[in-house]
Amino acid sequence: MTWLASIRIALRALRVNKLRSTLTMLGIIIGVAAVITMIAVGAGAQARVEEHIKGLGTNLIMLLPGSVTSGGVRMGSGSRNTLTDDDSYAIQREIQEVQAASPQLRGTGQVVAGNSNWSTVFYGVTPDYFEARNWTLASGRTIEAGDVSGSAKVALLGETVAKNLFGDSDPVGQVIRIRKVPFVVIGTLERKGQSLQGQDQDDVILMPITTARNRVIGGNAARLRSAGSIFVKVRDDADMAEAESQIRNLLRQRHRLQPGQEDDFTLRNLSEVLAAREESSRVMTLLLAAVASVSLLVGGIGIMNIMLVSVTERTREIGLRMAVGARGRDILSQFLVEAVTLALIGGLLGIMLGVGGSFAIGHFAEWRTELNLDAIALAVGFAATIGIFFGFYPARKASRLLPIEALRYE
Amino acid sequence: MTEPLIVTRDLAKEYHMDGYTVVALRGVSLEIAAGEFVAVMGPSGSGKSTFMNLLGCLDSPSRGDYFLAGDRVSELSGDALAAIRNRRLGFVFQNFNLLPRTSAVENVELPLLYSQVPADERRHRAMSRLGEVGLAERFHHQPSQLSGGQQQRVAIARALVNNPVLILADEPTGALDTRTSFELMGLLQQLNRGGMTVVLVTHEHDIATFASRIISFRDGHVLDDRRVERPADAQEMLREFDKEAA
Repeated sequence: MTWLASIRIALRALRVNKLRSTLTMLGIIIGVAAVITMIAVGAGAQARVEEHIKGLGTNLIMLLPGSVTSGGVRMGSGSRNTLTDDDSYAIQREIQEVQAASPQLRGTGQVVAGNSNWSTVFYGVTPDYFEARNWTLASGRTIEAGDVSGSAKVALLGETVAKNLFGDSDPVGQVIRIRKVPFVVIGTLERKGQSLQGQDQDDVILMPITTARNRVIGGNAARLRSAGSIFVKVRDDADMAEAESQIRNLLRQRHRLQPGQEDDFTLRNLSEVLAAREESSRVMTLLLAAVASVSLLVGGIGIMNIMLVSVTERTREIGLRMAVGARGRDILSQFLVEAVTLALIGGLLGIMLGVGGSFAIGHFAEWRTELNLDAIALAVGFAATIGIFFGFYPARKASRLLPIEALRYE
Repeated sequence: MTEPLIVTRDLAKEYHMDGYTVVALRGVSLEIAAGEFVAVMGPSGSGKSTFMNLLGCLDSPSRGDYFLAGDRVSELSGDALAAIRNRRLGFVFQNFNLLPRTSAVENVELPLLYSQVPADERRHRAMSRLGEVGLAERFHHQPSQLSGGQQQRVAIARALVNNPVLILADEPTGALDTRTSFELMGLLQQLNRGGMTVVLVTHEHDIATFASRIISFRDGHVLDDRRVERPADAQEMLREFDKEAA
């Protein structure tokens, strides 16, 4: 018997019991739709995480000073001030891959404005800092080269600081005191939100690095040259690994490190964070898909159940078909085709429902969903496999009936 | 003399169930020539149905040999038996055994579906067979829309569609009234006159009188095997029946 004939017989058998076939298919429909929708939701979430992290700057490299060893005790990263403003300028000047580099000198202190005061972090930076960190201003003007060279007492306030010191009134042009040093507020920073570590990045004051060093932090001669850390932004089209190795080489050269000697600085970037986040959202997607697959499995069991009922109900028909010349394998293929047809039609309807569901979730819940052709192919393949797998047992049972017993079955 | 169509040698069948052994057939040896019209009779449990099932290749014997047109059928595998049922045998059952919700012509096509006959030819052959049994007007009726006699005619058309050498009819009139039974027997006699070998199982004596040979079974043996010189003519009986009714 040809496959076409088998399919026609299968369709006829399914049509005879429309309600039952539909209900059986429902299991597969829901299963396939669930798999497709869940994968779409997962992929959407993954894409959003990726974008979010890119916004934080995956092409950002942070250079931290190295550690100092004192009497065998290593003091940890940042214990020695090995990085200087000149390192930063050299990186910006000499390495092609670098878009912007800025030193950053950190300090903390009490800030007073009128009768409000607030304890916060301040950073001494250069004009390139804003480009390196993708940070823009909400109002006022930015720190300019002249401010740096003249150690101007100007400051930019983060949103949190501005709110705490000035409430709703405009801080631009006001005078604040940072560690008792008076500054003019020249602008406010755009809100940046939490960092990956959960810190409030808006609880900050930015000032020229020279001002921070000379007028606020102060200290000895060595410290007067040092930059706390350096932010480097690599060009979008450049290779991160290449940029990193160039920066490393340049700094080793500038710091006169011999081959074999340890770096006196640390190089960090966010791509590890990105990889970790991507991994976690991928696991999430997988988990969603796995949960959805359970419903496919249940649908498959539904098919097996109905096929077993169908084989029992149609025992006489099987006997008759055998009496007029059907071989065991003809009966096997008839029932197998029926199960697979059931699963495939269910699968196709499931795709429609799944695609529709993904759009609906995207539209109504305003979740980002991304339809994945692989996922659709996977779901259909899975549906067919389930048809074959769960159809095989009932079909084989039918094909092994003895013709005479099947004919006599009441 | 030509070789008989059916030869059985010491054909026996035992059933084993729950530790019991039921002997259904205790060694039957007989020959049936091509063109005979044989009625197999006997009370229930006599082994006549078992004998029919063995002849129909629906069951395999525990012992003994069965030759159909010279082929030793008793040693064939399941698939080979299916092929024999498909190409050489035609079955007519007491309860018709038509596929429900399936048109007459599709029911008749069924055996051809399992012998790689192209769809056009299937339809053509099925229609011509239905015409031969007098159902040319009922091609697309489903079994539920046909009377018992018409359903049994469809079954006969189905039995004939693959040009078998033997028609096996198991109580074909069991579910029919007297008049329809006569009609059906008339049809079988007509086929037999055309050269078809017919083996019929029945427990009704007046149905057996239409056969040219009556084999009686009891307790798994052949009790009696006799030829009927002048079998009753079903067409004639039908005319008489109608006359009485009028």
